[in-house]
Amino acid sequence: MSTEKTITLRVNGHDEIATVPPHRTLLEALRGLGHVDVKCGCEKGDCGACAVLVDGEAVDSCLTLARSVEGREITTLQGLGTPEAPHPLQQSFSELGAAQCGYCTPGMIIASESLLRKNPSPTDEDVRIALSGNLCRCTGYVKIFEAVHAAAAVKRQTGETK
Amino acid sequence: MSDVDTIQPNLRFSQIGKSLTRTDSPGKATGRTPYAGDYVMPGMLHAKVLRADLASARLKRLDVSKARAMPGVACVLTAQDMPDRAIATDIPGQTGRARLKTDQQILVKERVRYFGEPLALIAAETADIAEKARRLIEVELEPIPGVYDPEEALKPGAPVVQGTDNVVATHKIRKGDTEAGFAAADVVVENTYITPFQEHAFLEPEVGLAWIDENEVITIRVCTQVIEHFRAVADAIGVPHNKLRIMGALVGGGFGGKEDVTVETYLAILAQKTRRPVRLEFSREDSFVGHGNRHAMKLKYRTGVTRDGKITALDVQVIADAGAYVYLSPYVLLYCAVNAPGPYRVDNLNVFARAVATNNMFTSAFRGFGGIQAAAAYEQQMDEVANAIGMDPLEFRRQNFLQTGDPISTGFVPPSAIWTEKCVELAWQALGEPTPAPGGSIRIGRGIAAFQQSYGRLTFLHDTSEAWVGIEMDGTVTVRSGVTDIGAGQASSLAQIAAEVLGVTLPNVNVYNSDSQVTPLAGTTTASRALYMTGNAARLAAQAVRDRLAEVAAELFKAEPAQIDMEFNRVFVIDDPERSMPIAELVRVCASRGVHRSELAIFRAPFTDVLDPETGQGQAHPDYAYGAHAIEVAVDTETGEVTVLKSVAAHDVGQCINRAAVEGQIHGGVQNGLGYALSEEMLYKEGRLITPSFSEYLMPTAMDMPPVESIILESRSGLGPFGSKGIGEPSMTPVAPAVANAIADAIGVRVFEMPITPERIWRALQEARARGCR
Repeated sequence: MSTEKTITLRVNGHDEIATVPPHRTLLEALRGLGHVDVKCGCEKGDCGACAVLVDGEAVDSCLTLARSVEGREITTLQGLGTPEAPHPLQQSFSELGAAQCGYCTPGMIIASESLLRKNPSPTDEDVRIALSGNLCRCTGYVKIFEAVHAAAAVKRQTGETK
Repeated sequence: MSDVDTIQPNLRFSQIGKSLTRTDSPGKATGRTPYAGDYVMPGMLHAKVLRADLASARLKRLDVSKARAMPGVACVLTAQDMPDRAIATDIPGQTGRARLKTDQQILVKERVRYFGEPLALIAAETADIAEKARRLIEVELEPIPGVYDPEEALKPGAPVVQGTDNVVATHKIRKGDTEAGFAAADVVVENTYITPFQEHAFLEPEVGLAWIDENEVITIRVCTQVIEHFRAVADAIGVPHNKLRIMGALVGGGFGGKEDVTVETYLAILAQKTRRPVRLEFSREDSFVGHGNRHAMKLKYRTGVTRDGKITALDVQVIADAGAYVYLSPYVLLYCAVNAPGPYRVDNLNVFARAVATNNMFTSAFRGFGGIQAAAAYEQQMDEVANAIGMDPLEFRRQNFLQTGDPISTGFVPPSAIWTEKCVELAWQALGEPTPAPGGSIRIGRGIAAFQQSYGRLTFLHDTSEAWVGIEMDGTVTVRSGVTDIGAGQASSLAQIAAEVLGVTLPNVNVYNSDSQVTPLAGTTTASRALYMTGNAARLAAQAVRDRLAEVAAELFKAEPAQIDMEFNRVFVIDDPERSMPIAELVRVCASRGVHRSELAIFRAPFTDVLDPETGQGQAHPDYAYGAHAIEVAVDTETGEVTVLKSVAAHDVGQCINRAAVEGQIHGGVQNGLGYALSEEMLYKEGRLITPSFSEYLMPTAMDMPPVESIILESRSGLGPFGSKGIGEPSMTPVAPAVANAIADAIGVRVFEMPITPERIWRALQEARARGCR
């Protein structure tokens, strides 16, 4: 189709090529590129399961057009760490049982990371506000809050700022 | 039965009861876990469903010619393409009993019975093309009078949804002499409680991928709680049961909403017609009308009581909205009837419960399964009765609690401990000092609720579960079982059980699960039964393997098998731990001797007949769980806004397998219950759902959740492995009535309809003021 355009998306540190029509959301484009760690929960910005970092800031990829983030730094959950070398949030979510069904987890960790980059010592209220756009139906958020605080403490100790 | 009230203090576990990192956690936390929606195949088609936008109508015209002609469209199917097909919606059981008339048309043939009922299926090369083709289908629906209120549906002359009348199911429980009981009462208290529809709101919408394999087997990878629907789906599309395979995946939440068939039939038909892989993913709006919701109910309670707080009689009348198709309504209603008196001794009891068809969305399983609506009513009624006789609500409950060894409503004596009283006392104490009222229009209130909730399926279903356990030459353990993992750690719990029995560490166990043709069938992940049933099967299988290994070890160490123990990947003699070797070495010796190093075990729940149809007496469930929830709220009497300040859960779980996972169930149950009590509302207008998104349907967010304290008791008296009970459903059951009682305590009037929204509170206060109350 004539309206399709080939763009370069920088995802988890690598340039990737996608050919997308104007209405293609970042969520659709990322999943189309195989980044299925970005989850689709509502496509309306209600649930936050599709959150990714764009230049360090959490955004709902379902409300972001793929073409609008060309050239910007996109980070998905996989971009934060690996099972062998997990990010402190990945470690704390795993160890403290903050992931149950796990479907909201990618968005939760992304939103938490976005918070911790701006605010390394968040209060309970800060965490609640930062995660208020991310719905979870399994955990009551209780262990998620614990995991965010635990990871924040680890990050402060290790001096990790990114 | 008093002996079961004693904790066995001397049991020592190396794996069980600890907060170990679940085997599925690292993959989920690092984004490596594939869900059903993440699988793709070469040449895969994308499917969409066209749905009716009226709740009661006749299909006058359905023209798919333009959609079929569109380039890139592989297939458009209507009921014309499958004239003789229907899908069974009844409970999958093993009894061979004749089913109720519960089949549903796969696509609308002539009559639309609920908003969103599927009219046509589209499969195309891309999702965009499928969506465009869907819009090209021309539909003409002629509205016909529908019925949207179950009480209206019972009236003579009401539109009939299906068959000859609208009564879908009736259950009766009769015990003692209620007439005499009411005559003996000093006070009779009558109230009607209204509970709402509820949406499961799992984060992962229904999704699946179907293909035909090299053996002509229609294979479906899908997010489901029940892979054993493969039989119903095979019957629906006319293939033998062994040519239809359902493979699960780690499920993104279920709560009962993935207990019935969702996308499977559509996928099977489309794969059969196109002979290509087909993927179907429900949008969130599809999901809202794509699975049955929780039954809205009206529960009328009439309680006779003496001045000193003894319940003399109870009469309960229930009407449940079954929606347009039967699904699990008869069973949900049965749970409601059986649990109608709650965890209290009621010798003179009359329960009459009916599920009634309407043109609302069909209703089916949801965490708590009828037991929750009963709890919402009986626990509010306990407070109302206590008020009526001027007794403290806790004291009134103490007078009437079932104790261990007492019969429940059906005359059945639960085999395990009943620790309700202990749980109530602990939860109430844990609320601590009351939060000081800040003044102004804010009022502080507290409420308690106890409950009874079964774990394990209805015993007349003759439930069974299988698991296979084997040990490898390197000392690692494999578990194979069909159990589906819906996020509570079902697979990880099996691993923990096998690890405990075989003395290996958790990372050394791998569970293969959720495949209807390859893994031994384990039944459903529903009814708080997965741990009870499959956990027992895994334990039996692991024990058989362990016994064989221990026999060989005993011979090698010149000891008795009873002196052999296994822990942390080593086998040793209990009194002489120096005589030891790695388990892997022992397995290799066993292999060289041809010792059988695996076992397939089956666990059977108690098998019973159905309850007596007139009196409801008999056994309905294997056993019951008991506990309590305490809540403190602040209510703004000017705005009706409720803030939950404290929330304390106290449950006897029998035995934790994974303590963190038990806490997780409790936390989630609290959230689910708070939403049920306060904010979650499915609004229908003439059957049309007007709240089909998370911006209209309000479940608790991170801002709404109070701190949750979990008090976990372990009576070790349950029927599950190591004395465990279930906690998936029980965690939610008492939450909503505790909230309702706290609000009533705060504002001095009761709101009899959930969710207790600010508007309802404000209105109740206005009415109370008009009546001259405070």
